[in-house]
Amino acid sequence: MPDISMVELVQQVLGGLATGAIYACIALSVVMIYQAIDHFNFAQGEMAMFSAFITWQMIDWGANYWVAFFVCIALSFIGGMAIERIIFAPLRNAPVFTHIVVFIALFQIFNAGAGYIWEFTIREFPSPFPERLPFDTTLIGPHDLGMMAVVLIMLGLIFLFFRFTPVGLAMRAAAAAPDSARLVGISVGMMLALGWGLAAAIGAVGGMMIAPVVYLEPNMMLGILLYGFAGAVVGGLTSPGGAVLGGFMMGVIEPVAGMFIGSELKLTVALVVIVTILIFRPSGMFGRVVVQRV
Amino acid sequence: MGKMFKLTTGAAVAFVAGVGVAAAGNAPGVTDTEIKIGNTNPYSGPASVYSTIGKSISACFNQVNAEGGINGRKINFITYDDGYSPPKTKEQIRKLVEKDKVALTFQTLGTPTNSAIHKYMNKKKVPHLFVATGATKWGQPKKFPWTMGFQPNYQTIGRIFGNYILQNHPTSKVAVLYQNDDYGKDYVIGVKDAMGDKYKQQVVKEASYEVTDPTVASQIISLKNSGADVLVNISIPKFAAQAIKKMDAIGWKPTHLLNDVAATIASTYKPAGLEKSKGIISVTYLKDPNDPEWKDDAEIKEWRAFMTKYYPKGDINNAFNVYGWAVCSLMINVLERAGNDLSRDNIMKMAASFKKFRVRGTLPGIVANTGPDDFYPVEQMQMVRFDGKGNVRFGPVISAETSSE
Amino acid sequence: MTTSTLPDTEMKSGGAPRRANPADRLRVFGVSLPWIRRVSILIGLALALFLPFYMEGFGVFQLTQVLYLSIAVLGLNLLTGFTGQFSLGHSAFMAIGAYTAGIMMDQWEVPYYLTIVPAGIVCFAAGFLFGLPALRLEGLYLALATFALAVAAPQLLKYEHFEPFTGGVQGLDLLKPDSPIAFLSNDQWWYYFSLFFGVLLFIAAWNLVRGRTGRAMIAIRDNPIAASTMGINLSLYKSVTFGVSGIYCGVAGALSAIVVEFIAPESFTFIFAILLLIGMVIGGIASIPAAIIGGAFILYVPNFSEMAVDFFFGGDPASKALVWISFGAAMIIVVYIMPMGVAGFVKRNLRRLAR
Repeated sequence: MPDISMVELVQQVLGGLATGAIYACIALSVVMIYQAIDHFNFAQGEMAMFSAFITWQMIDWGANYWVAFFVCIALSFIGGMAIERIIFAPLRNAPVFTHIVVFIALFQIFNAGAGYIWEFTIREFPSPFPERLPFDTTLIGPHDLGMMAVVLIMLGLIFLFFRFTPVGLAMRAAAAAPDSARLVGISVGMMLALGWGLAAAIGAVGGMMIAPVVYLEPNMMLGILLYGFAGAVVGGLTSPGGAVLGGFMMGVIEPVAGMFIGSELKLTVALVVIVTILIFRPSGMFGRVVVQRV
Repeated sequence: MGKMFKLTTGAAVAFVAGVGVAAAGNAPGVTDTEIKIGNTNPYSGPASVYSTIGKSISACFNQVNAEGGINGRKINFITYDDGYSPPKTKEQIRKLVEKDKVALTFQTLGTPTNSAIHKYMNKKKVPHLFVATGATKWGQPKKFPWTMGFQPNYQTIGRIFGNYILQNHPTSKVAVLYQNDDYGKDYVIGVKDAMGDKYKQQVVKEASYEVTDPTVASQIISLKNSGADVLVNISIPKFAAQAIKKMDAIGWKPTHLLNDVAATIASTYKPAGLEKSKGIISVTYLKDPNDPEWKDDAEIKEWRAFMTKYYPKGDINNAFNVYGWAVCSLMINVLERAGNDLSRDNIMKMAASFKKFRVRGTLPGIVANTGPDDFYPVEQMQMVRFDGKGNVRFGPVISAETSSE
Repeated sequence: MTTSTLPDTEMKSGGAPRRANPADRLRVFGVSLPWIRRVSILIGLALALFLPFYMEGFGVFQLTQVLYLSIAVLGLNLLTGFTGQFSLGHSAFMAIGAYTAGIMMDQWEVPYYLTIVPAGIVCFAAGFLFGLPALRLEGLYLALATFALAVAAPQLLKYEHFEPFTGGVQGLDLLKPDSPIAFLSNDQWWYYFSLFFGVLLFIAAWNLVRGRTGRAMIAIRDNPIAASTMGINLSLYKSVTFGVSGIYCGVAGALSAIVVEFIAPESFTFIFAILLLIGMVIGGIASIPAAIIGGAFILYVPNFSEMAVDFFFGGDPASKALVWISFGAAMIIVVYIMPMGVAGFVKRNLRRLAR
């Protein structure tokens, strides 16, 4: 049993929150797509990586960061919608496992495509936040704080969107009861496409926030995706707030577990924690419990 | 066909007798106009960062062919993707040997992947040359007479770090960060070897990461809190850069010993920040193309010309491309010296008879030497310290002539 | 089979408990479906028995890989296709099977042919034990838990305290003796060795799903609540299915260790689990012969993709990324044409042809 210092615990928790912001970014887009299609998109991380590469390319060609940032979000939104319209619309009635295979296929196409275009060497990705904080601290960096702020702002926007805008309400209706939604004149197909577009856009913001920390390369999302999913699932797939909280939790659990059992098995321990939480709360911590009817 | 070979230790020893016996004709895959060479590389999967090595080697052979080939023969370099998965390597290698009928394999990449084919290649008596891994097991001519390594092995470099700590920081507290696989653990074995009992006394904390981990931030925090003032960092460029950045962010400034794999300017120091990387100590045997010292170096100029003409898509800053180009020269030389006797025996004999061969792209003074019982071609290195612009060499060229068992 | 045209009378007169499948009445070009099934099984078996004599060693080696991949896909299909439990973690069960066989051969010098059954037993236990907590999880939640298992497995195999057994990061090099039968090459021998277990396990699966157990499994998948009111013990069936699925993957893992002669933590990453899932869906969910198609798909299609890309780009490694792009595209095309997998496609078209 190694001796645990309080100083380290504080540092690890803060560092874990910073990493957790990474997971929360992905968890948010996972929840977004879940709201629309009732399923995971396994290619979500790779799409976010691809978006980040597009931004990088624009900046490399001389574009201003913010121009590239917003153009990328727009492109990702359009790209997400296009994927739904072109690839998934014809498969609407196929069994869910067929969709999973298409998600995996998209994963491979984006991953290999990015490798083909941009190679596998790591690249620097600029951070939009200042280099130094106004006060002096070694506990948390400016980018970490900025990323957390971005996650919370996105969360707020998603909340407002679903709660108060007609489109948001229509999307919820289309996902919850597609047949009734159709009866009141909601185009379910359009809502699905919109969900894809929004998830891709949120993922793009996540990708651009994550890349400065882990460096940009085609495989950068491989490890993050698991924690992002875990965050979303543990938090509750139907609750964006829960997903963000779940993401932060994932960030903290792993390093704290590492403090107690050493780094060699910290991933395993973190996973045991996930499974344990799920056993006691099978719909996640903040998820709606679906009542089964015979 | 496999039943002709009985794999017992006794039979393995008998292979040695095979080397040197006059060749009965050329190897499969050799015609009057062509030599087939096989290779596997992780063009996909988590290790695909190394894929540029396969690409630069392929470009190198394109150059050879454009300039007339070797003794009138063109090189047909067949390279397959194994995704760094050992069963897939076995399948691809069997395809190369049995279906494509290559004369030899060259620079197959990775330790677990090469381990999966180690016995097969020796059973089939196919030259398994200059494998792209720094494990120690590739230089055992008695047991595996058809397998040969290339680069200085990880354990040797670990020993150099260990000795450096003993000499310069005999009372410091040491922290170790390593990748949790054969590559990371081999360095640690080397450090332990060199430090002996002092390892337990001086090393206050070890931390490892998985290659799929998102970041090494928490490892760096826990290493800092161990109170260490020397860090031995065995990580690939991505994580090394993360570590350097994180150390700066949390205000930890130990003596930083970084392994050779990551000690490159373009892939580690620049992404991490050149200022933050100042003072990092490493060991290397290759010239870094971004080092101002080699700006006008004849070899690096030649390499740049090669990259522009034959691998224009490749990254002109990536040191892996120098690596591919350097090791390629060894292969070319073996085939040149083999002349028209391109039997597998003779190819092996030529590979085992490098005498002070200057390997292009390596640091001045570094040469390749091999012999019937020395299957480690490049074993010299030099320590370097990053000064914010380039890796400045210090101390002598260290020769770790690990005599093969 | 003249009676097959009159199943109703057969049922009445014979009073046999055998279920009448309405599809059995259908005929394609005058041949009834059960006969088509029987004939294709016979052709398949004949091909499986004689193909190795017309192939070179490498081809036989690939076929052997298809065999163990098919067994693993079948294991996954029993769980997912028949009880509806979604797993992304079956690479972990293969790893357990492979390491059970590997450790027995390497540490205790047990002959290879005695390691298959223990590997199956160990994996049954592992599957059953994992199935217990997984009982409370459904759908995506179960997918995540199993995915976690797949991701953690390589890290556990590398763990230093297991290293004396597992060989840690270095993996295990497995020696095995040559073919005991003179006229069979080593490759052919390993092929028939694997085929023996393959046939055994496929027949077992057939009997399992056609019997009482199978009907219970399908009931659980289609309507768990109704199934439980009918007195089916959900927990028991679900965890036993997890265990049985484990047996298949364990045997597949052990065979892979024996055939490839080397195991390392890198051999069983989560990517492998995903490949198994692809094989299952492409072959066809809840179909037993489909597992063979699935196994063949995940072995041959990446190879074909690489061949095609090499052909069009002259073997230039700079184009290797296109291999996985075209593999992804191939997957999408297959599910477009055959959304129910190859088995579903064949079944539907046979019925369409039938008169």
